[in-house]
Amino acid sequence: MADLLIELFSEEVPADLQAQAAENLKKLMTDGMVDAGLTYASAAAFHTPRRLTLAVEGLLDASPTVQEERKGPKVGAPEQAIQGFLRGASVTMADLEIRDDKKGQVYFAKITKPGRTATEIVADTLEFTIRNFPWPKSMRWGSGSLRWVRPLQSILCLLSNETEAQIVPVKVDGISASNVTRGHRFMAPDSFVVNGFDDYETKLKRAKVILRAEERSAAIWQDATNQAFALGYDLVEDSSLLVEVSGLVEWPVVLLGQIDNDFLGLPPEVLKTSMREHQKFFSVSNAKTGRIERFVTVANVETVDQGATILKGNQKVLAARLADAKFFWENDLREAKAGMLKWQITLNNVTFHNKLGSQSERIKRIAALAYKLAPVVGADADMAEKAALIAKADLSSEMVYEFPELQGLMGRYYALEAGMGLDIAMACEEHYAPLGPSDNVPTAPVSVAVALADKLDMLIGFWAINEKPTGSKDPFALRRAALGVIRLIMENQLALPLAGILTPADVGAGATDLLGFFQDRLKGFLRDQGLRYDVIDACIAMPGNDDLALLAKRAQALQAVLATDDGENLIQGFKRANNILSQAEDKDGVEYSYGADIKLAEGDVELVLFAALDDVDAQIKLAMDTQDFSTAMVAMATLRSPIDAFFDGVKINADSAMIRRNRLNLLSRIRIICLSVADLSKLEG
Amino acid sequence: MNTPKSFQEIILRLQTYWAEQGCAILQPYDMEVGAGTFHPATTLRALGPKPWAAAYVQPSRRPTDGRYGENPNRLQHYYQYQVLIKPMIYIYKIFTWVKAFHVMALHDIRFVEDDWESPTLGAWGLGWEVWCDGMEVSQFTYFQQVGGHDCHPISGELTYGLERLAMYVLGVDHVMAMPFNDPSATIPLTYGDIFKQTEEEYARWNFDVANTEVLLRQFEEAEAECKNILAQDHMDPKTGKRIIMVHPAYDQCIKASHMFNLLDARGIISVTERQAYIGRVRTLATKCADAFVQTAAAGAV
Repeated sequence: MADLLIELFSEEVPADLQAQAAENLKKLMTDGMVDAGLTYASAAAFHTPRRLTLAVEGLLDASPTVQEERKGPKVGAPEQAIQGFLRGASVTMADLEIRDDKKGQVYFAKITKPGRTATEIVADTLEFTIRNFPWPKSMRWGSGSLRWVRPLQSILCLLSNETEAQIVPVKVDGISASNVTRGHRFMAPDSFVVNGFDDYETKLKRAKVILRAEERSAAIWQDATNQAFALGYDLVEDSSLLVEVSGLVEWPVVLLGQIDNDFLGLPPEVLKTSMREHQKFFSVSNAKTGRIERFVTVANVETVDQGATILKGNQKVLAARLADAKFFWENDLREAKAGMLKWQITLNNVTFHNKLGSQSERIKRIAALAYKLAPVVGADADMAEKAALIAKADLSSEMVYEFPELQGLMGRYYALEAGMGLDIAMACEEHYAPLGPSDNVPTAPVSVAVALADKLDMLIGFWAINEKPTGSKDPFALRRAALGVIRLIMENQLALPLAGILTPADVGAGATDLLGFFQDRLKGFLRDQGLRYDVIDACIAMPGNDDLALLAKRAQALQAVLATDDGENLIQGFKRANNILSQAEDKDGVEYSYGADIKLAEGDVELVLFAALDDVDAQIKLAMDTQDFSTAMVAMATLRSPIDAFFDGVKINADSAMIRRNRLNLLSRIRIICLSVADLSKLEG
Repeated sequence: MNTPKSFQEIILRLQTYWAEQGCAILQPYDMEVGAGTFHPATTLRALGPKPWAAAYVQPSRRPTDGRYGENPNRLQHYYQYQVLIKPMIYIYKIFTWVKAFHVMALHDIRFVEDDWESPTLGAWGLGWEVWCDGMEVSQFTYFQQVGGHDCHPISGELTYGLERLAMYVLGVDHVMAMPFNDPSATIPLTYGDIFKQTEEEYARWNFDVANTEVLLRQFEEAEAECKNILAQDHMDPKTGKRIIMVHPAYDQCIKASHMFNLLDARGIISVTERQAYIGRVRTLATKCADAFVQTAAAGAV
């Protein structure tokens, strides 16, 4: 048994690629070795900005020898065929064995594939791995042709057992593997020899390199939290920044700095975004007020002045960055106070889509739609229109030009500054929402109106110019927009029949198709909430299926009733009635829908069914008037026992043609009543 | 080595340092460019197999970055120091330079991923922003492609933003307060003495006054002339020599690019149009690169 240590040492690898690269190294190496017959006990991969490391334990010393038997041609086959077989199997005539087969005597060859040493297999696998490494973006350097994410400087590849460590001879594009690595770029740049993984990790730490990413991030987090706490501050959590920063340093040194008073008046989101995006600083807030007043930066070096110079430099850089942000903020505030007219005009010149006109034109459409939708969502129509007209003005602001991720949020600040009031300001911020399945859905009426109008206009527009999503291609994120509309409708329980919005006048020929697109998204949405798709289909088949909230309510009620014993059996009864009736109608060439005559009823069972149908019919009609699907469904389910009893006790195909006709008409009533709640024929099982 | 005292001393030291490293110290290109990369000593010379080593200061213009001289380090006119070495294997040279200023012991140097791409030049490369205490002091790029051509061998491009770097080394907070010459000289001049007024003038012109019709026309003229030059027969009928006029054509490409930047600063280019303009400049850059690789300077012939 042997242990394997590999280190691929390069210039600084982008932080966001390191973890996946370490995983890829592990997978390519272990898969390759196992394929070659070299199994192992355990493997672990590590990454720092400058190294990808793989440690494998309990590796076989060699792959096992494999015996293989191959069937050849018949004895007496043409010489050419026999020679061909010998060549293919790399054996001679003397090695062949003759055996009896069903059709006569046949040659068999026994092939022995000798095992290969771990050294050979590792060398081959590593070279293959390096040459075929799946970097998302790779590069060449110097005059060579090898590709790596950044120039590969050295390869360490060591097989070791209890007594010795041996370098695996690998050479890739002039780089030969060795047992040597280097420490921290600045604090311990000299090379040193290692004899195995434990030795490697220990010596790295002595050379100011923490090999494990999670150890680096834990150290950063702990030290930063402690330093902040000691001064009465809280570190603002940011796990993705933590991962990124721990991928930028081999030896993290946490430094806590101060934001100039001049900049504390900027919106906290601006401070946070500027510090994070430009400087990779963590925000630190005052534990009492929650205000962001300080920052944490992580250096990669220990200095004799305990980082004082580094911190001073970082503070200076931050001041320049924030001076820029303040410049934007103050210019923007001036424009906001002046009513944002200039921003709105600028959007005239910004093309939304060459077939759908400018941003301004789009905004006008959104405003008209928001006005129309306002009564449905309970918003003031004039206010919704006004909000829509202003909601995207911040796209012209300097701050959003600099930080596109602040769109909407800056809109809120600027709308307030312009004296538009909170409802409109909120709509500026919230009208993009929900952006994803986990994003919050706005509930304020004005926000809801603009958010709906924003998305519906996109969908209507792109359908009108026939730019629908196809397969995996959805460049304008129209699926997301439709799902956003669905969530806005559902979570606000809006009664919004879409047919009135997605009209042929606006959408053109694709109006029905667009409604179908919504229903498909709704299916997915409801399925995620646990509804059966046949239940959803049974409800989509009903009138009013463009009212998505209603559709969902109907489906929920149906699924609930199906879960009851009565409900489940009623469906069977319905199906039986429907089948008998359909067959009879086919056979007789008539439709039995005249209504059954109670005078022709024979016996209690039939009379009870008549009475029950009358009763349930009335109950369902009453409930449906108020869209109370649950009550309607429960009422329908009470038909179960009279229907079951009817089938048990009555012969439909009675001898008397008149009685038979009457009973078929009675079945027809069952069908009509049941179908008035949902298309039960679509249900499975 | 003592600490430098002025902006110009830093430039002089860089010049001396890179001269010692064996670079040809070139002079700035005499046209308006957005960055040192546009200098033909970089764009064109990164192509072809011939070894190359050059360093130079390049005055650069980015009209949208104008702040009327008020921002501590944003300027619409600034200086870049540019080094191009072919082939480039490793980045060690940066550190020897940093060491030359005796700053290593106290500072935090970091390499932050920077996938460099110039859609206007049809060029891309991989490298880093080099950060010193959180300040981007230079960019390092291994050029992979220029003008649509794969580079082979690979050049390394090192770009220093001179004002930022100098402010850092000199410990100055606002660019306009930075000593340009020795502060103890008989006539000491700050950066602001020289550039404060021009920043104001250009910011006003760039943002609000530049005649967009004229700019647009000049863009189109430059584009047409570039194509016209490259369409000429390689054989010069007068001298009977094969003369491909790459550099005159490339000048027109640079001019078109600058006109585009000015139009952009005027805010009259929409998002979709932007892409179209960039594509037009890229077409010119690509044509120039196509022509350059057929010349002796690119190792052809």
